[in-house]
Parts: sequence; C-alpha cells; structure tokens
Amino acid sequence: MDFNDTPEEAEYRAKVRAWLEENAPRGVKGASLGDEDESQMDACKAWQAKKAAAGYAQIRWPKEWGGGGGTTIQSVIFAQEESRMGVQLGGPFAIGLGMCIPTVMATADDETKKRFVGPAVRGETIWCQLFSEPAGGSDVAAIRTRAIKDESSVDANGDFDWVINGQKIWTSGAHYADYGIVLVRTDPDAVKHKGLTMFWIDMKSQGVECKTIHQMSGARGFNEVFFTDVRIKDSQRLGALHDGWNVSIITLMNERASVGGGGGARGGGAIKALQVAQKIRDENGEPLSNNSTVREKIAEHYVRAEGLRFTGMRSLTALSQGKTPGPEQSVSKLVQAAAMQDLADFMVDLQDQAGIIRDPSLAVENADFQEMFLGSPGGRIAGGTDEILRNIIAERVLGLPGEIRVDKSMPFKDLPTGR
Amino acid sequence: MNFDFSEEQLALKEEARKFLAAKCPPDRVRKLMDEDSPGFDPELWAQVAEQGWLGAAIPEEHGGLGLGYLELCCISEELGRAVAPVPFASTVYFFAEALLRAGTPEQKAKYLPRVVTGELIGTIASAEQAGAVSVANISAEVSGGKLTGVKMPVTDGVVAHHAVVLAKEGGKPTLYLVDLNGPGVTREAVITIDRSREAARVEFKDAPVERLGEVGDGLALFEAINDRAAVLIAFEQVGGSDMCLEMAKNYALERFAFGRAIGGYQAIKHRLADMYAKNVLARGNAYYGAWALNSDAPELPIAAAGARISASDAYWFAARENVQVHGGMGFTWEVDAHLHYRRSRQLGLVAGSARSWKHRLVSMLERRNAA
Repeated sequence: MDFNDTPEEAEYRAKVRAWLEENAPRGVKGASLGDEDESQMDACKAWQAKKAAAGYAQIRWPKEWGGGGGTTIQSVIFAQEESRMGVQLGGPFAIGLGMCIPTVMATADDETKKRFVGPAVRGETIWCQLFSEPAGGSDVAAIRTRAIKDESSVDANGDFDWVINGQKIWTSGAHYADYGIVLVRTDPDAVKHKGLTMFWIDMKSQGVECKTIHQMSGARGFNEVFFTDVRIKDSQRLGALHDGWNVSIITLMNERASVGGGGGARGGGAIKALQVAQKIRDENGEPLSNNSTVREKIAEHYVRAEGLRFTGMRSLTALSQGKTPGPEQSVSKLVQAAAMQDLADFMVDLQDQAGIIRDPSLAVENADFQEMFLGSPGGRIAGGTDEILRNIIAERVLGLPGEIRVDKSMPFKDLPTGR
Repeated sequence: MNFDFSEEQLALKEEARKFLAAKCPPDRVRKLMDEDSPGFDPELWAQVAEQGWLGAAIPEEHGGLGLGYLELCCISEELGRAVAPVPFASTVYFFAEALLRAGTPEQKAKYLPRVVTGELIGTIASAEQAGAVSVANISAEVSGGKLTGVKMPVTDGVVAHHAVVLAKEGGKPTLYLVDLNGPGVTREAVITIDRSREAARVEFKDAPVERLGEVGDGLALFEAINDRAAVLIAFEQVGGSDMCLEMAKNYALERFAFGRAIGGYQAIKHRLADMYAKNVLARGNAYYGAWALNSDAPELPIAAAGARISASDAYWFAARENVQVHGGMGFTWEVDAHLHYRRSRQLGLVAGSARSWKHRLVSMLERRNAA
C-alpha cells in the first residue's frame, strides 16, 4: 500500500508535466457556466485545440478518432497535472466529449462520425445534451417532446423530416452549443420506454430557442430549450427508431464512467472552517475554535471529506491496475452534496448576525460560505437527486428490489400526469 | 497509486473469514453470553493462536510471523465481523504494541513469545472513572516500585495475565507492566453492555511493577499506543459495519409486509444506502490509517483519528439501524443484531470516545496549520 505512481505512471506524469510547463496558458480564467464571455470561450477553445494536437484531448480514445490512444489512469494523471497548474478550461467540452460524442460514436454511420468527432475533440464544436424535461427530471423517460413524421417530405433517398415540438430543461451550455443530442417521443401509443428516439440536432435550426434559467443563487448555468416546429432529417437519427431509451443508457453510462481524480484539498472545507472559527469571537470573547461543539463539527467535516478523498484513491488504484473500480464511488456525489450544504449552514451560523451578509467586500471569507449556502441546494438535485442516488445504491449495489411501477405496461399517452 | 490490499493480503482475509465462520458462528457467541461469567472463549482463543494471528505483526525474533500491519488489519476486520469473544485487541493491539514500542530488549524477549503462543493474555489498564484518560483523571500511584490504585473498566481484565498500567510516579504519568496474578492485585468482573467481551475492576495494593519506558513518558506512550490500536480497532469496526449492512439487507429481502419485501420500500432502501455510504467512508479512512500504521508515517496520529471517528460513526449507525430494520425481531436475544449493537459501543469506547478523538483531531489540525 502506497501513494506512489508505478514507474510507467511516473514517466507519463513527468512527460505531461514537462508538456504543460511548456504549453499551459497562465492566468487565464476559465468559463464558468452561464456567465462566460467570448474571450473566455476563445481561451477554452484554443487550449482544447492545443491539447488535441498533442494527443491530450481525449487520452483514452483511439488515435483515429483524435484521441491519445492511452489508458484511463493516464487521463486521470493528465487531469491531476492540469488542475495542479490551475488550468480549468475544459468546462464547455465536458458534456459533448463525455456524453454526446460517445453516443454518436456508438450509434452513427462512419460519415456522421467523421463529420462530428474530430471537430468536437479539437474544441471547434460544442455539444449539449437535451434529455430532461419539465415533466421528466428524475423520471427521464417521461419525455413529452413529440417528433411527428412529415409524410409529405419523403425524398428520393427515403429520407424525410421529423417535426419536433416541446420543451427541454436543465440543458447546460445550450446557449453556446453548436449541436445537441435530443431524446424525443416518436410513439405515444407504446409504453413509456419504448416510444423514444434519439437524434442529433443543429442548435441553430429554425424553431430552437434557448432561455437561461435564473437560479436561486443568481447563477445562470442552465437553459430551457423550446422546440417549435423544428424540422430535422430522419438521417439524423442515432440508433433505431423507438430505441432511444437504450441509446440514452449509452450516454448515461459514459457519464458514470468518469472517475474523479482522487484529488481535492485535504479535509475539504474543514481546514478553512477551522481558520475562520479561530478568527470569530464567542459571547465570552473566546475564539469559536475553542468551543467544543464547533471543534467536534469541524472534525466530522474533516473526516467525511477525507473519507471521500480516500475512496477516490481506492477507485484510482483499480484503474491503475487496469481493473474496473468497485461500486464505492457511487456514494461520492450523495455524500459530497449534502456535506456542502451542511458545511455552509454551519459556517453561516458561526458568523451569527453577520452570517446573512453576502456582499463579498463585507462578508467573512468574501462570502464564500454564503455563496455555498445558496448554491448547495442545487448540488443535491443536479445530476441525480439524493433520493435517486439512494435508490441506485440500494438497487444496483445492494440488490434491493426496484420501485413499484405503474408505468411499465400502460401506453404512454394514458399515463396519469400531474400538473 | 496503490491504495489497496495485495492479493495475498486479501487471500489471508478470505481465509480468516472462512475460519471464523466455522469456528465462531453467532450462535456460539450468543451461547457464551448466556453463561454466568461471559466474555471469553478459551477454545477459540487457542485456535486463533494456532493460526498464528496473535503474532502476525510481531517480529520473527520474538516468535511472531513478522508479516506486517496490513496483514493484521485484514485479520482484525474479520474478527470484528464475527464479533469474536476473545481478548485479541487487548493482547495484540495494546499489550504487545506497548512492549514493541516501549519495552527493553529483555522485556520484549520475556513477554512477546508467550503472547504469540496465546499463553499470555495481556491488556491495558488506563481508565479509573468516567471521562477521558488524562493526567487529572489518574490517581493510581507508584512509589518504591509498588502500585496502589483502582483501574476500571479493564477490558479482558478477568482473564488477562499481565497488564500495561498507566499510573503516576511522583506526579509523572508512567507506564508499568503488572502481573495480575501477582501479590497485591485483586480483581472482580464488572457487568458491561457487551457480554461478548468481559471487563474487570482491578485493585492494586502495593503490587510490584516493572516500568515500561521512562518516568513521565506514560501519557505520550499511551497516546502512541492508542493511535495504533485505533487503526486496528477501526478495521474491527469496519468488519462489523459491513456485517450489519449484510444482515439488514438479507432480512429486508426475506421479510414481507403489506404484500412485498420490506427492502422494496424507500424508507428501508434509503436507510441501507446511508449505511453503505458511511461504511465506504469508514473503509477509506481505515485504509489511510492502515497505510500510516504500516509505514510508521508521521501522519499516523491524524490518520488514526480519522479512522477512529469515521469507523465509530459507521459501526454505531449500522448496528443501531440493523436492529431497526429487523423490527420486533431486532431486539430479541435470538437474533444477532444485538451482538453488533453492543460491540459497536464497546469498540467505540474502548480506545476513547469519538468525542474525545474529535477534539484531539482538531488540536492536531491546529498544530499542522500553524506549522
């Protein structure tokens, strides 16, 4: 048991480090979702192109598709070194390269793959994923966006138009994306999971309209996307007609395949919490860090964050040995998201009346904890709610029975709907 | 990155699991708890000694296998899973470790080979009253090589032959070795919450002692030994936590209510998912402790605290929710949920409470930040 690289890993890390020293942009601010400006997007694209040219863009992918022909552990090492250099410019490409393009690669013909994969790897095009809907959050398959075949549009090659109407929501980056993959209902008479079809779509198509969502924290990282009589070709279909659910599983499996770098600061926010507690006085003029309850709470945060960090290291160990990581990583987001909210609430409470101040020029720690307070509720929902994650652990890891389902045998159009 | 046990170590763990499943099934533990003087299974103790487990981490020059602490952690996890009623922790994690850390070559040669064979049961006697072990909480006093005072509770203190005792000499905390069958020692069993591990009240009246380490080093040595024990106990706790989750899951799959397995209800599923999450965190922290213990890293005290706090939390949660998932059966004598309920608290206190470890951890973090 040790924390060392294998000789091969050490060699790769040294190579990556040298390349980054030479090439990584310094002091360039990354694009945070929703409030990016054009120069930030340009910086992201330039860095992506540079990585692609050197084989560091999609390290695990075969070279013929613009990847590096490397291993998963190599991609983790690169990500660790990139983050060590403070370079955070990959955000706009994460969904495209992590989910959309793998779906295209698994389902599309060679011509389509050639058209899309290379440019996406080089950062020339950005993709978004259009699955969630107002009536389909946790229940993703409850999609109502309809695609209806226009019989009059069939051309000599047998290709034809689908006309799409409906609405998607929680679409990260839709406002700057060039393309998307969209899951729509093509057969409302079939049961819920059987009447869906996946397509790729040009986000500049007529009738596609994006509206950013104003979150409670003030951020605008997500979009609503409206489809009004949007015409797409049947040749844009990914996978078989009405087989969209199975295709979406390919997409989501790729999402889950991404493993954290096992990095993160020691103790998460607990060290910062301790430093803050040392500076705030209690009613007796003593530093709050001397208070028993405060100390115990800080210890709990530290231990929980460390537990997550070491769990990441266990998964990395499996990758390093060429094995598939165990199910332990499934707890990561569940624990992490709740911990953030818990820490934020605790830290705001420590500040007493001043805890309400969010003005960074006046608040403790530039209002980091107030921002966390307002941002953390979203963390417990986005990417799988606490409840869905617990179901996944219970069913897939522990083997407990699935939920009772009333929607398995009924045509989609007859399913009861709420508001 | 190699943050896992080796194939050989995992094979040893598997072997230990099979061995304990055969030799130490829960009904045997329960039967033992029914006896008038519960808490020790001499037959199992002899078998454990035969396996060589007592000397797993003791160097070969003292008769041990000299394998290392990672191997010992694997054994500990399985002992915890089986709720084994043997004085393994007292003898190996405390008594033998105290000797290895602070003993003279003569002391090591005198005691360790007998620990390895199982003929010498050892323990540690630190607490005297409610509250964490501290200089202020110790009254036992040595003067002229004779110890006077009362230690309580001393886990495995009824069957132990020798104890490491924390006492004061001229006001300075110091460790001593005491022959519990020697003159000036009287002991009586104390009823505790965990009937699968006995404990004693031990009274010393001018009992002859042998000093272990230097005068005044007692508390520092005690903490160093406790750090090491905390990691090993964390593995027992992790083993117990996983067993509780397994029991709860199996019961939830076979118990039907309102026409379906109760494991299909989210109230149960989510509870078990939370158990799983705590167990995963505890295992991660315990692994870090194992690494620090095995490599004698300077991070050991912080790693031990993390392992201790996380594993105590996980085992207590898993043990109490396992009872809950079992419903009415959960608090009957015949269902084994109470074995873990008791043991989780015993292990959560025997090397110091989670509360006191949390304070210790933050003090260490303060020192690290200041450095």
